[in-house]
Amino acid sequence: MRLVLEKRAERSTRMALLSPLIAIVLTLVTGGIIFALRGLDPLAALYVYFIEPLTSSWSIEQLIVKATPLALIGAALGVSYLANVWNIGAEGQLTAGAIFGSIIPVYFPEMQTPLTLVLMLALGIIGGMAFGAIPAFLKNRFSANEILTSLMLVYVAQLILDWLVRGPWRDPQGYNFPKTISFTNWQTLPSFQVLPPSIGPLYVNLGAILAVLAAISLAFLMGRTLKGFELRVQGVAPRAGRFAGFSREKTVWFCFLLSGGLAGLAGICEVMSTVGQLQPGISPGYGFTAIIVAFLGRLNPIGALVAAFALAISYLGGESAQVALGISDKTARVFQGILLFYILACDSLILYRFKLIGLSAAPVESRA
Amino acid sequence: MEYLLEALNVTKIFGTLKANDNVTLKVKPGEIHAFLGENGAGKSTLVKMIYGALQPTSGEFRWMGSPVTIANPAAARKLGIGMVFQHFSLFDALSVAENIALAMPGDFDMAKLSEKISRVSKDYGLPLEPTAIVADLSVGERQRIEIVRCLLQEPKLLIMDEPTAVLTPQEADQLFLTLGRLAREGCAVIYISHRLEEVKRLCHNATILRHGKVVANVDPTKETASSLAKLMVGGEIHVVRAARKDKGGAVRLKLEGLNLHADGPFAVELKNISLDVRAGEVVAIAGVAGNGQSEFFDAVSGERSLPRDAMLLIDGKPMGYHGVNARRNAGAAFVPEERLGHGAVPGFRLSENVILTRHSSDEALVKSGMMQKNGASGVSERVIKAFDVRKGKPDPEARALSGGNLQKFVVGRELDRKPGVLVVNQPTWGVDAGASATIRQAIIDLARQGSAVLVISQDLDEIFEVADRIAVISRGQLSEAYPSSELSAEKIGLLMAGEHETREMAHAARA
Repeated sequence: MRLVLEKRAERSTRMALLSPLIAIVLTLVTGGIIFALRGLDPLAALYVYFIEPLTSSWSIEQLIVKATPLALIGAALGVSYLANVWNIGAEGQLTAGAIFGSIIPVYFPEMQTPLTLVLMLALGIIGGMAFGAIPAFLKNRFSANEILTSLMLVYVAQLILDWLVRGPWRDPQGYNFPKTISFTNWQTLPSFQVLPPSIGPLYVNLGAILAVLAAISLAFLMGRTLKGFELRVQGVAPRAGRFAGFSREKTVWFCFLLSGGLAGLAGICEVMSTVGQLQPGISPGYGFTAIIVAFLGRLNPIGALVAAFALAISYLGGESAQVALGISDKTARVFQGILLFYILACDSLILYRFKLIGLSAAPVESRA
Repeated sequence: MEYLLEALNVTKIFGTLKANDNVTLKVKPGEIHAFLGENGAGKSTLVKMIYGALQPTSGEFRWMGSPVTIANPAAARKLGIGMVFQHFSLFDALSVAENIALAMPGDFDMAKLSEKISRVSKDYGLPLEPTAIVADLSVGERQRIEIVRCLLQEPKLLIMDEPTAVLTPQEADQLFLTLGRLAREGCAVIYISHRLEEVKRLCHNATILRHGKVVANVDPTKETASSLAKLMVGGEIHVVRAARKDKGGAVRLKLEGLNLHADGPFAVELKNISLDVRAGEVVAIAGVAGNGQSEFFDAVSGERSLPRDAMLLIDGKPMGYHGVNARRNAGAAFVPEERLGHGAVPGFRLSENVILTRHSSDEALVKSGMMQKNGASGVSERVIKAFDVRKGKPDPEARALSGGNLQKFVVGRELDRKPGVLVVNQPTWGVDAGASATIRQAIIDLARQGSAVLVISQDLDEIFEVADRIAVISRGQLSEAYPSSELSAEKIGLLMAGEHETREMAHAARA
């Protein structure tokens, strides 16, 4: 007896849309079982984890803060993955963006004009793009697998960051802590009040607005422009892409510069808001979690916007579970991993089905 | 025992598709029995059931009068059923004898086996050297290995799936002699083919399938090719008339000393190819599959650029360095062999597939980087109407169309541009007779309106139907183009076997 995956004749569109929801439900069930095994009341634990973060406006602000980098990166990664370009190193590009953007406050701490803000954001994007350009170049020039090169460069970026904040960029008045000077005024992102106090004042920073704009622009790019068409063709039918005269090399460049740039923007936004300075550990793995965001959002930029909130809840839930239940905030990683597993499993089962083959029926010699 | 094999009311259902619907047929010992039908008529499903690779949903098979269940190919071989597939399963690195040994059940003695192979292959006029390495053999010789492999098991029934598709006419003649001899010795042969002339010449009996059902059982020697075709298609076939015009239009596509290195271990190098295609004419390139046709298409279409700009000229302009879109903008259009995944994106709608090849040449489709959906639907509907593309939904995905309808769409998409130069690779490969006729007629009509058309094809009937001049490609070398009226099938066969290559080599040796 053996189990094989057999390709289905048709894909169900309904199931393709339902797959993220099914994956979320399965993740909750699995999570409940894990909590129960730890001796916790599964329903109460799931409530603390997934519902409580949504119950006050402060939590919602926190949710948006966490969702912002996930949406920025996830939307662009979705575009890359659709074009069959596998950038796994957004975390490194995020780090590179944060480093580049921090050049201004570190070397020109006195510069405090609106231009400071613009320059920092621009340098963040450029840093991410420059770092994304490395795997793109290696892929085009040497056919090096971009999954490996982009992933390995993450650790390079993180070690460079570590060296900078412990060495040349360390704050002289920082009591030897590995960090740069704290960013102030125009070196930080402005916040905007989007809901009046009567409903419960809700503030979001510029990063969240940029994330929404980026997702909408990318949705437009993919749906309406020839460039989006080109990317989609290359993803599903590379030979047809060549026949259409589309250049694979240009697509690799485009995807890495786009996703690297937005990851860099997410990185500089983080240090300009939540973190407030450059230090090791500026991101709790946003660049990796954004991969899950991209898939949960069906590789669609608007979908990524929605999916970013789902994953942001898992971060917040991890923090509140640590306080309320006394369990490690690494559970957030566990939930994210389980969720990705179920999404990919659901997606596979949309395209394939299991078939049990007995030994009695000999292997089919179908060569037609 | 009157019949060797009987299929009684056999039905095979895949999902909602009835691939075989209540099929009944009888094969006598010593008879060469043709299965005729268009693509998708159910021939392959039926033979796969006979060979045990598929099981019928209902109905039964009888072998020498008694009911049998053919559980798998091993059981079929035990009964005495052998099959030669269209695509061979041989190990290139092993010798002929080793390949055959792999398929033999139980123990064997290599020396004895080699001796037996030589004897059987000589007996049946299928000369084979047991120690030869498969990689060095031609396609025809490889097919012989498969046949000898079957013959060693002394089959009572031999199934041949489109055996001549890969052979030169001479090789095919040799195969017919062998099959005739086998039949005289009492072995039955099931012979699947599209080639009606062959069936008329070779077969004693023909079962014709259409949409999974048996529509007729006839004696092919008493039918004409067109009456057989009518039974297959279920209606009159539109006959293509190549109304000849006097030659001598301007040269619109010129290849001059085109060389291109092989880009992979299994690719073919193109050597010194020169050809003129004039306004108003159809030039066809014949050849056995795998002799450089796809490399040639890539070179002409610009999917691979050429080492010198002047190796390819479109309307006198050197275009060798230019990519596929620049060549399209210069007035050329291209239709590749593979419809799904090369000529069209399977998961994209027809209107999106219009943009695939026309985004750079068509103002109405893309304006300043934005796709114009209305423009694309307009073109798509025009093509669908002009070529009678049948479909289930208003704007279906390409993969939802049948092969013939998608091919009409892919060809129509280019013809709709009224290109000055059209290059088509295998215009009617795997396409039913009705759609083939439409496509061939459209190709000829385009040429008569003053375009230059280059057709690459492995189907000689098609080539003689459409071409004004014919050249043959063999191992990456192109022969001179001869007027089709001056060429016999015989001569083409010799060219396919590489006659022009040796002559060129002889020239070189003398020089």
